[in-house]
Amino acid sequence: MNITLRVWRQANAASEGRMVTYQVQDVSEDMSFLEMLDLLNEDLTVKGEEPIAFDHDCREGICGMCGVVINGTAHGRGNSPVATTTCQLHMRSFSDGATIDVEPWRAGSFPVIKDLVVDRTAFDRIIQAGGYVSVNTGSAPDAHANAVGKLKADRAFDAATCIGCGACVAACPNHSGMLFTAAKITHLAMLPQGQPERHLRIKKMLATHDAEGFGGCTNIGECAAVCPKEIPFDTISQLNRDLIASLFKRDGK
Amino acid sequence: MTTTTKAADAKKLPGADYFTLGEPVADTKAPGGPIEQKWAKRKFEAKLVNPANRRKLTVIIVGTGLAGGAAAASLGEAGYNVLNFCYQDSPRRAHSIAAQGGINAAKNYRNDNDSTFRLFYDTVKGGDYRARETNVYRLAEVSANIIDQCVAQGVPFAREYGGLLDNRSFGGVQVQRTFYARGQTGQQLLIGAYQALERQVAAGTVKMYARHEMLELIVADGKARGIVTRDMVTGEIETYFADAVVLATGGYGNVFFLSTNAMGCNVTANWRAHRKGAYFANPCYTQIHPTCIPVHGETQSKLTLMSESLRNDGRIWVPKKAEDCGKDPREIAEEDRDYYLERIYPSFGNLVPRDIASRQAKNRCDEGRGVGPAVKEYDDNGNEKMVRRGVYLDFSDAISRLGKDGVAARYGNLFDMYAQITGENPYETPMRIYPAVHYTMGGLWVDYDLSSNIPGLYVTGEANFSDHGANRLGASALMQGLADGYFVLPNTINDYLADALKFPAVDASHPAAVEALESVKGRIDKLLSINGSRTVDSFHKELGHIMWEYCGMERTEEGLKLAIAKIDELQAEFWKDVKVTGVNEDFNQTLERAGRVADFFELGRLMCVDALHRRESCGGHFRAESQTEDGEALRHDDEFLYAAAWEFTGTGEKPVLHKEDLVYEAIELKQRSYK
Repeated sequence: MNITLRVWRQANAASEGRMVTYQVQDVSEDMSFLEMLDLLNEDLTVKGEEPIAFDHDCREGICGMCGVVINGTAHGRGNSPVATTTCQLHMRSFSDGATIDVEPWRAGSFPVIKDLVVDRTAFDRIIQAGGYVSVNTGSAPDAHANAVGKLKADRAFDAATCIGCGACVAACPNHSGMLFTAAKITHLAMLPQGQPERHLRIKKMLATHDAEGFGGCTNIGECAAVCPKEIPFDTISQLNRDLIASLFKRDGK
Repeated sequence: MTTTTKAADAKKLPGADYFTLGEPVADTKAPGGPIEQKWAKRKFEAKLVNPANRRKLTVIIVGTGLAGGAAAASLGEAGYNVLNFCYQDSPRRAHSIAAQGGINAAKNYRNDNDSTFRLFYDTVKGGDYRARETNVYRLAEVSANIIDQCVAQGVPFAREYGGLLDNRSFGGVQVQRTFYARGQTGQQLLIGAYQALERQVAAGTVKMYARHEMLELIVADGKARGIVTRDMVTGEIETYFADAVVLATGGYGNVFFLSTNAMGCNVTANWRAHRKGAYFANPCYTQIHPTCIPVHGETQSKLTLMSESLRNDGRIWVPKKAEDCGKDPREIAEEDRDYYLERIYPSFGNLVPRDIASRQAKNRCDEGRGVGPAVKEYDDNGNEKMVRRGVYLDFSDAISRLGKDGVAARYGNLFDMYAQITGENPYETPMRIYPAVHYTMGGLWVDYDLSSNIPGLYVTGEANFSDHGANRLGASALMQGLADGYFVLPNTINDYLADALKFPAVDASHPAAVEALESVKGRIDKLLSINGSRTVDSFHKELGHIMWEYCGMERTEEGLKLAIAKIDELQAEFWKDVKVTGVNEDFNQTLERAGRVADFFELGRLMCVDALHRRESCGGHFRAESQTEDGEALRHDDEFLYAAAWEFTGTGEKPVLHKEDLVYEAIELKQRSYK
C-alpha cells in the first residue's frame, strides 16, 4: 500500500505547529498504525530529518500510552471496525492510496510536548486527589473477610479496565475528563473497600478535575464511543448520583 | 584458592577462553534453622529505623511496576522520603500492566490440599532447580498476604456468585491457586499499586519523576548513593542522591528486538549498575512462550502473546510436505498433516511444556515446513533467505466437538484479538502461532535481603535473578513483583538504612557523582556525534536476529561462539556508523533508543558467554550438546548446580564468573520428565 500522511509537527509546547505531508511506501496491511509510523521514521532518519515523536509502549492495547487522533477520531476509531487503541489499529483498515490525517490529543489540559506527544499528568493528579483506598501495606484483613456479589464485582471490573489513555478527553467537545474520573469513582464505589471514602473521594476528585481545566460533561457520549476499553457511559450517571448523594454528607466539608 | 588452580578450573568449563573464574559468592543474609522459620527470624534480627529517623532518610526507586510501585508506596507509608523514577509518562504504564493470566497464592481457599510448602515445591521444580530455595520459600509464604493487600486496595478479582474469590488452575500445577481478574490481572494489580503510590505522592512522601531515565549509578565510597538521569522532555542530565537505591526495572527480553515486552523495556539501569560492580546472574535464562502471534514481516515491532490455554483444545500441526506450506490449510488433506507434538510426545501431545513446544515449532520451520508469510532471514554467511515462521493451531476438531459457540465461550476474546491483529478469522482457518521471547529469569545478583553485592543497591522483581531459576511457571511473576515490593524489601532495607544516618553526605561535588555525570554526558555526545548512515533500529534488529538464532531456544557451542564474534563486529560498526538525529536538549526518542541498544550489545555478549559456559539443558535453555537419547533436555546437577554471577572487569575485558552454589535442604532434586 502507498499512503499519504498529513502529520502534526510541533517542536514543543511553546512553538506553533503545522501539518506536514509525507508519502509512505510499501506499507503492509498487516502493519499496525504505529509500525507504519516506524517505517516512515526509519525513512526520515536515513534522510537526516528528525523522526516524528509519538508515545507508545506495550503495543498490546493495554498500557494506555499510545494515542493520536486519526482522521478526526481518537485512536482512529472511525476507521476501525472495533474499539481499539492506536497500537492495535491495523493498516488493513485503510485503503491503498489513502490520505490520513494524524494529530495529537487536543485539549488545554494535555499540553503538547512535541509532535504527537502530549502531557497527560493531569490524570495522575486526579487520582492523587482520592482515586484510591487508604490502606497501608501489611495491615489488610483476610481477602474473604468481605464478600462482594459477582454482579457488583463485574461492574467494578468493567469500570476498572480504564487504561488512562485520554481518548475520552480528546473526543469530547468540552475536553471533559469525566469518563476517566467516573470510571475510577464507579470502580471503587462498587466495592465494600471503597465505601468509607466514597463521598469525600468524589468531591476531591471532581475539584481536581475542574482545577486541571477539564470541561464539564454535557452527555454528548463521544468519550464512550471512542473508548478503547468500552468504559460504560453510565459510569457518568453513577458519578452524578454519587455526587448528589455526597452533597448531603458532611464528608469533606 | 590459588590463581593457578582457578585458571585450571576455568579451563574445565566450556568457553573458558571467554571468562575467568573468581571466588565463589554466597547469600549471607538467610538465617539458619528450618526453612519455615527463616523469614520470621530474619525480620526479627534485622535492625529497625525509628519513625522520626525515617523522615531523615531518602530512598531512590527506579521503576514503577509491581515491584517498584509497591515498594515506593510501602516505603512512603513507612515514612521514608522516596524518589521514584520511570521512563513512561505515568507510573501506571509500567509493563506489569500487560500480564494477563493471574497471580498464585497459597490460600488453600479451594480446600484442595494447597499449602505454602506445595507452592514452594512447585515453583522450585518449575524453575528446574536453578532458583534459590530460601527466597522461593519466602515468596510462597508471603503470597497469601498479597491477595489480602490487593483486595483491600479494591483490586476487582474475579468472584463467584456467593461473593468469594474465584480461582483457577495454571500450567504445571494440580491445585487451584491462581487468582485472576479476567484476562488483565496484571493491569488490575498494577493499578492497585499505582493508586497506593499516588496516595503517597499526594501525602508528600513520594516524589514522582516520570519521563526520567536512569543512565548511571553513583557509587560513592563503596556504597550506592545516587543515580544520574536524563529528563526525557528537556534532555537535562541530573543527579539525585539517597541513602539507598532500589532497581525495579523489569526484564531485558528486548535484547531480541522482537519480544512480548513493551517497546521501552530496557536493560540500561541494570547494566549501568553491573558496570559499576553489581554482579549479573544467569543472564542466559530466557523464557520462550510457545503461543504468540507470528512475525508477519521485517517491519514488525512487537510480538503478542496468546494465552497458553489455547493448547487445551487446539491441535498443532504443519504440512508433511514443504510444497504444501503455501496452500490454504483447509485444502491440505488430513493424511498430509503432521501433528508433530502428538506424534513425538504421544502422552502429553499438544500440552507439552513451554520449552518443548517452542523448540519443536522452531525445528519444523527450520526444516522448511513452517506456514504463513515468509520473512527475510540471514544465514551464517550473511546470505538472505526467506523462511516461514509459523505453525498451525487448529480448532476445527474442537469446533466439530463443542460447536462454534462452545469454542467461543472458552476462547472468544482470544479469537477476537487474533482476528484483529492478523485479519484472519480463526473460526474458519487455523490460527498461526510461533514462539516468542517473554520473560527473563536472569538479572542482577541479590542476597536474601534483595541486596546486590554493592552495599545500598537493592534489586527487586524481574530485575533480580533469585526466584524463578531457569524457567518460570505461569502466574508467578506477578507474585514475585508484589512480594518483593510490598513485603520483602520494606522489611529488609531497614537493616541497611539503620546505619545510614552515619553515612557522610554525598552531593553533586563528590568525585563519584562528577565522574558519573561526565560519563553520561560523554556517552550522549559520542552517540550524537557519530552521524553515520545506519538507523538505531536496524542495528537493534540485527542484534536481535543474532540473539534469537544462536542464544534463543536452542544453543550450541559453535553457534554461541559465532554469535559472540558477530556481536563484536556489529557493536564496532554501531559505534562507527549509527545515525542519531536531533540534539540532547530536546525530546529525542532516537537518542533514548540508541543508548539502550548500546547496552544491549554488551548484555547480549554476556548472555552468549553465560550460555556457552553452561553446557547443560535447563529450563528455557536447551543445549544441543546436552540431551537424552530421545532428544529431551538433560540437566547436569553434578557440574552446574549453581547460579552464575558475572562480574564486569572493563570494556573488552573478560568477565569473571562467581559461582553461588545452590543448596537444596528442603527439596530433593529430580529430573523433570514429560514422557
